[in-house]
Parts: sequence; structure tokens; C-alpha cells
Amino acid sequence: MSVARFWRKQDQRYNLMGTECQVCGRKFFPNKSMCPVCHRKSIGKMNKYQFSGNGIVESYTVVHAGMPQYRSQVPYILAYILLEEGDHILGQIVDCDPEDVDIGKKVEMVFRKLGQEGRSGTIYYGYKFRTIL
Amino acid sequence: MNKLSREVAIIGIGQTKFGENWDLSFRELGIQAGIEAIKDSGIESKVIDALYVGNMSAGLFMDQEHVASMVMEEVGLADRQVPATRVEAADASGALALRQGILDIASGHSNVVIVGGSEKVTDVTSDIASEFIMAGADRAWEGLFGASLPSLFALMARKHMHDFGTTREQLAQVAVKNHYNGARNPIAQFQREIDIDTVINANPIADPLGVFDCFPVSDGAAALVLCDMKTALEYCNDPVKIIGTGQGSDTISISNRKDITTIRSTVKAAERAYEMAGIGPSDIDVAEVHDSYTIAEILAIEDLGFFGKGEGGKAVEDGETALTGSIPINTSGGLKARGHPFGATGIAQINELVLQLRSKADGRQVNNVQKVLAQNLGGTGGTSLVHILEVA
Ligand SMILES: [Zn+2]
Repeated sequence: MSVARFWRKQDQRYNLMGTECQVCGRKFFPNKSMCPVCHRKSIGKMNKYQFSGNGIVESYTVVHAGMPQYRSQVPYILAYILLEEGDHILGQIVDCDPEDVDIGKKVEMVFRKLGQEGRSGTIYYGYKFRTIL
Repeated sequence: MNKLSREVAIIGIGQTKFGENWDLSFRELGIQAGIEAIKDSGIESKVIDALYVGNMSAGLFMDQEHVASMVMEEVGLADRQVPATRVEAADASGALALRQGILDIASGHSNVVIVGGSEKVTDVTSDIASEFIMAGADRAWEGLFGASLPSLFALMARKHMHDFGTTREQLAQVAVKNHYNGARNPIAQFQREIDIDTVINANPIADPLGVFDCFPVSDGAAALVLCDMKTALEYCNDPVKIIGTGQGSDTISISNRKDITTIRSTVKAAERAYEMAGIGPSDIDVAEVHDSYTIAEILAIEDLGFFGKGEGGKAVEDGETALTGSIPINTSGGLKARGHPFGATGIAQINELVLQLRSKADGRQVNNVQKVLAQNLGGTGGTSLVHILEVA
């Protein structure tokens, strides 16, 4: 991914910045320019919304053979998480063993290195998650 | 109005062997399948009105775009400037090309159309291929966070197991069944049977899925000759009629879906195809579904209405989807054993179903096949297509 391509979405990846529909109150991550429920009524009424980063694991997998640029990190845990604001997100769970993760576990967002372009290239940062009690 | 304005038939089928076709280029694969389909149909090239080519990633796999023109030239249609169109929807490109061909004929614009699908994958390393395959899902919101295509299906698998009690053995049984069928299909990439232990003890890819739960890297091409029913009857007495076509789309990222134990694009595509055909799931005798991963076949047979939600795993375990079961699934060996050259898959599924309808499927023939269904998925379900056929 080029630097510009990454940088454009930096606010979302660093700060979990999504959008809220001012018509129905639904919250979206990643951000949407139009609410899929309110449609044209929501035009111009989609405001920035800061997600808390808290959620619940709805599914997870331990990745053993990932894409080439993530191979140095295997095995890692990837999860499908329901955020407390009501939208889902995909992210890695870190700082624990696979045995500690389960469907229903609570997680919170942490800020981490995601990956690196090539050997000495740009380092990308963004959200990952860790389990909480 | 969910009807075709004109009846559309299939009068010719052709395909290459699927697998690591090191000796064949993209052009050669396409031409082999195309010529076989034209020969099978009995038509002369001069009656061909249009060409549609399903291809996922010629640009990534071979640094070549604009492949419709290339295939058209190879099939010998360049002197007449026959319109050729490339169609892309990740690994649903083949079925989407078929749908464009059907709609072209149904509209009355064309009478005879060649629909093909082709993919040359083995010119890049399997490492690079695995990265390119992720281009069919969301690179920005899934891939960057470490998701590979199998890991996304693994998330669906774990949730399905959690919610419905689907077992690891039931997932494995999908691969065992499809290898059994593939061993009876001469064009299949894998020609040997495997057992459940082999699947379960294979190298893990993304837990609970291992190597044998995933499709292989394959080259291959497949082609069809389509025409309106009046023209069809000039060439044969028993053309295969397309009685339903349905397409559905959904979010490209699974994180934008509320439920990952169902593929909504498949549910909708099936609803539309069944409605057009005026039939339901219980009328289908044989189906080819998109088993890119073992869990994908279980989701498909539920979403197509063959089994209730959550009952797919049990149905596979009970042999309901085997060659001798109540609804044989993937008699060709499926993506798992026949192979999965992305753009070619949707067309290869139709090839197999036409063989079943013609009672020419040899060692894997199902008795008394009247109505058949194909389901082809793009990525994790951003696109899904369903086609229903019968002998006219
Ligand atoms: Zn709204």
C-alpha cells in the first residue's frame, strides 16, 4: 500500500474515528458518507464519531499461514468484533495466547504497529485489540 | 419483472484440464476451451455475435489487461470485429460473464454468444497468488489488519460451529466428498480420494481450516456456446435451457455484515433465480456450489435452501450431499478437487451440470437429472450468482 493510500485513512486507523447518522443515531466504522437505513435523508447529516474501542469477540481464528507481509507475525489471532456502538470491526487480538480468546470475550482497542512495507520501508500503525476482564 | 424476454439455451460446452498447466499460456487455455465448445455445438464461427470473458486478475497474474480482445483474436473472430467484453467480479467472474451473455441474447440483441472463463495463476509464485486472491475481499479494512481470504472464511466457520454445533469432522467431510467426486472426473486437478484424518491433521492455515479445507492454485479455462431457443433447435434436439438467473451483491468486507453465518448475496441471488424459474430448492436434482473453503459449501447448501440454517454440516455428515444422497453437491469435485482457476470456475460449474443433464458424467453420473443449479461466489460473498438449468 502506498504512503498516500494509507495516510488518507490515518484518522480512522489511529483513532477509530467513524461516523454517526444524525437522523437515526446509527454509528458506523469505517465511516460512511450515507446511512444505509436513512438513505437520502442522511445526506449532509453524517457526522464524525469517536468509537470507544470496546467490544465483544463474535468470532476469531488463529492465522498460521498469513499473507506474505504478515508471515513474520504468525501465529496471530484475528477476530470479528462487535463494537459497543453496534457496528462490527475486524482486528487482531494481541498480548495473550490463543487459549485465552473465546467468543463472548470483552476486548478493548490498543494502538500498535500493523506491518511494514518491505524490509526498511514505511511502518504502518493502527488499531489492534486485547482482552479485558 | 423477473423474466427473460426470450428463451436462452446452451448448445456447446468445453473445458481444459484444471491444475498446474505449466505448458499452456492464458491464450492457449482459452482457445482450447473455446474450440471444444464450438465443436460440441456444431456452429460455424461466422454466426457468433458476441463474446464474454470472465477473468479475475489477468493484470495481477500476468501483467496483461484487455484480455477480451486477446481471446477474441485467438478464437479467430478478429476479421469481423466481433464485440468482446471482459467481465470481473473476483472469482464470480465466470458466472457473471454467463449472465451477461444470457441477458444479451434475451434482449434480442444477439443470437449466438460465446461465454468463457479463463485464469492463468501459476505464472506467479503461490505466495504472490495468495496475496492477489485477497484482492477479491477488502484490502483496506481486512487485508491491512492481517486478514487473508482463508482467515475470513475461518471466522465464518468458527461462528457457525459456535452457533449451530457444526463440527470439525463435518467441515472435513466436505473435502472428503469432493475429492471422492474429483477422482471420478478426468479434468479434475486432484484425482485421489482422501480421508477425514488427512483433512483434520493437515497443516493449519487459519484455525479451524487447514490446507485440505482450501481450494488449490489452478490454471484452467472453460467455455459455453449460448443462443436463443429457436437457433438452438437448428443445431440440436435436446438443448439445455436456462430457466433462472439471479445475482446478488453484499458488502465486500465481512466486518460490515451483521451475521457471518449466512451469505446474503447468495440468499438473494437464489431467491431471484428460483422466482424466475418458478421452482424451489426441492426441485433441484444436482448442484455445483462455490466450495472455495469447506465452510463455504455448508453455507451455500443452507443459503440455497437445500437445508435449514445450521443443518448443513449434519446433512454433509449424513451423506445427503454425496453422489447417492438426496441432493448431490459438487459432482465435479468442486473448487476443492476439480480446481479453482478463478474466472473459469463459474463456467466449469455449468459444464459439469450440462454433462449431468446429458447423462454423460460417467463415473459420477447421478440418476434421472432434470433440474440443476450452480452457485458462484466472488471473494467472501461481495457478489453471488445462481443459475438454474433444465433439458428443454
Ligand atoms: Zn440513519
